[in-house]
Amino acid sequence: MEKEDDKSDRRKFLKLGALAGGVVLLGSAIGKAVSLDSTKETGEKVKVLTADGKLMEVDGCNMKHPAAVKLTNQEMRKGIEGKKFVMVIDLAKCANARKCVEGCQKMHHKQAPTEWIKVKRMQDAESLTPYWMPQPCFHCDNPPCTKVCPVDATFKREDGLVMIDNERCIGCRFCMAACPYNSRSFNWSEPIIPQGMEAAEYSIEKSFPAKIGTVEKCDFCPDMAREGKLPDCVTACPNGTIFYGDQNEDTVTNGDQTFRLKELLTNRSGYRYLEELGTEPRVYYLPPVNRDFPFENDTIVHNTEDYKII
Amino acid sequence: MKHAEIILTPEQQSMRREELRADILRPLQKISFLGKLWIAFLVVIILIGGYAYIQQLKHGLIVTGLRDYATWGIYISNFVFFVAISLVGALISSVLRLTNFTWYRPLTRIAEIIAVAGVVWAGLIIIIDMGRPDRILNLFLHPRIQSPILWDVVVISTYLTTSVLLLYLPLLPGIAICRDRLTDKPKWQRWMYKFLALGWTGTPDQWKIMKKSITILCVVIIPLAISIHTVTSWLFATTLRPGWDSTNFGPYFVAGAFLAGTGCVIIGMYVFRKVYSLEKYLTDAHFGYMAKLLVFLAFVYAYFNINEYFIPYYKMRGPEARLLTDLFSGQFAGLYWSAQILGMALPAVLLMFKSMRKPLPVTLIAIPVVVFAWVKRYLIVTPILLHPYLPIQNAPASWMNYFPSWIEIEIVAASLAGVLLIITLFSRFFPIISIWETLENEGIELDELDELNNTKNEKA
Ligand code: SF4
Repeated sequence: MEKEDDKSDRRKFLKLGALAGGVVLLGSAIGKAVSLDSTKETGEKVKVLTADGKLMEVDGCNMKHPAAVKLTNQEMRKGIEGKKFVMVIDLAKCANARKCVEGCQKMHHKQAPTEWIKVKRMQDAESLTPYWMPQPCFHCDNPPCTKVCPVDATFKREDGLVMIDNERCIGCRFCMAACPYNSRSFNWSEPIIPQGMEAAEYSIEKSFPAKIGTVEKCDFCPDMAREGKLPDCVTACPNGTIFYGDQNEDTVTNGDQTFRLKELLTNRSGYRYLEELGTEPRVYYLPPVNRDFPFENDTIVHNTEDYKII
Repeated sequence: MKHAEIILTPEQQSMRREELRADILRPLQKISFLGKLWIAFLVVIILIGGYAYIQQLKHGLIVTGLRDYATWGIYISNFVFFVAISLVGALISSVLRLTNFTWYRPLTRIAEIIAVAGVVWAGLIIIIDMGRPDRILNLFLHPRIQSPILWDVVVISTYLTTSVLLLYLPLLPGIAICRDRLTDKPKWQRWMYKFLALGWTGTPDQWKIMKKSITILCVVIIPLAISIHTVTSWLFATTLRPGWDSTNFGPYFVAGAFLAGTGCVIIGMYVFRKVYSLEKYLTDAHFGYMAKLLVFLAFVYAYFNINEYFIPYYKMRGPEARLLTDLFSGQFAGLYWSAQILGMALPAVLLMFKSMRKPLPVTLIAIPVVVFAWVKRYLIVTPILLHPYLPIQNAPASWMNYFPSWIEIEIVAASLAGVLLIITLFSRFFPIISIWETLENEGIELDELDELNNTKNEKA
């Protein structure tokens, strides 16, 4: 298990890492972002990944963040230009901390028992040691869910994301039946919106505010990516299990470590869950070899409360 | 097979016509107390269901037993069931019409009204299942043609139109008789007959046009009827779920629909025969034929069931094995084997005995066929959803199982009552047996019918 001081150290690092991750994501040309002839130095050092895969530190003033432009929901159907989002989940690192689940619920204002990312206890055969498997939406490249939607309420974007327009969804739940991974959840009752946010305008990329009678799921947080931040499931994980990144830039990061996607998948024998279904997931798994933690069975059953029934 | 060719004199013919008309119009004359009670009972069930649906609209689908894993339940099974019973009405009657199996003629209308009632409620129940029925127009504003739901919308609405026409056109002479004979009815009813009869007087031209249109409709409705059920099976077969991911699903569904629908027609025949004293028209021979048909269809269905369940069972492929074990010996075994044995195997065996092919036993055997056809639809929908690839973990107990809530049960009961109400009301206002087709079947000329009407009209 990790020691306390290690943890606090990591937290600090995470902050930087989150920014670094952002740069990796947004730095369509990292050279440009790190133009050194710039003006005032802030003294804040930021780690960035150069085009040849080296980490370097630059001053915060050199970071370019795109101005926050307000996008219409129609524009959000297109996706972020030039991106192909991916996720890599290192099963050797997962210790069933379930922080990704909580982080995600908090960020998206979801209450239990709805989990957009789940942690499953997997055991491939009785003779094999079980392992924990965090499971978000796979954002498949051949998505069975979008095909069946009768009203184009769930759709595939150019940046690889499978999104839902909760203002269009008719709640037929065909996509839930079609998803072989059960990644989708349904707003069975009037969703609970945190106080003060009732007036928020609906945004496809935020999947918020939720709408009763419609389907929702993990959205890969493109709104965060636009701001150069990592999704909460990534940053909330104390073990750095989840890596998020861009396939076009060939980089993924857990906020702490950054890797070349191809290299990581090759060196660690990355695979996709149920490849034979042909859904082409955008989420890769690294097999649970040389584990950071020995497998420990969970003594508590989580998430047992159903919705409050009126 | 036509009735024996006994040449009747014109007097005998007109007597027979009169007799037949009187027999068939009798149920329309007066509704007995029991008849009224029955209608009231159905209306009460529908009202309760309506109240339940208002609750569902108010609070959302949370009031059902559905949750994130079992996201489809008895609404969808009921939908599939209604589509199933609606297939047979039109299909059997059109096939038998085209192939000149004339014995079937007194049954056509019963089969057709079951079809219409079934498809109307299939459409309604699918709207009830929607999370956002208020957005139903999105289907037309943002249609996506690659979705099987859209195919279903298209086929079901086309099928509804066609089967209503197939019910209506042959009914025109009947409505005209009602218009001319039932003159003591309230004004609105007389007006309705007049309006619906479309000025039918039975001129040779009218007969010709009608018969031609019926032939066209009969041809058109065959592919339509097969497609509504096939497309409905595709709602499941287009997914990757173990248990639905089957190339056998289309024919399997169609075969099951034939069986269920035939069962419904038999029950309908029996009830109408008893309640409206139609023993002369719905004869023992009809029950005999239908029983034989049921045996045949049960065998066809069994064939598809073997393909659907036992071949995968032979292989026991990973995730499918879990589902099949659960169906064969797990929590669904009771329902599964009852459906297979009581709803298919046993009826087929019993009806092979001649002594069983009498009206009452045939009907008693048809009842479990229909009831378990419904159960089978449930077994096709929900157990599969509860056996996904990834294990269901860390979820509330209510998510791991499905049990319909009272609201769902009430709404489904209301939809069943709705089907029965449509059939009942129809039979209260219109002749449930096609008069002219029965006459024609007996070799009695039709032209006379018009003369009668014409003289009446002239007098008026
Ligand atoms: S539930 Fe909504 S998103 Fe899913 S298929 Fe139906 S309309 Fe599309």
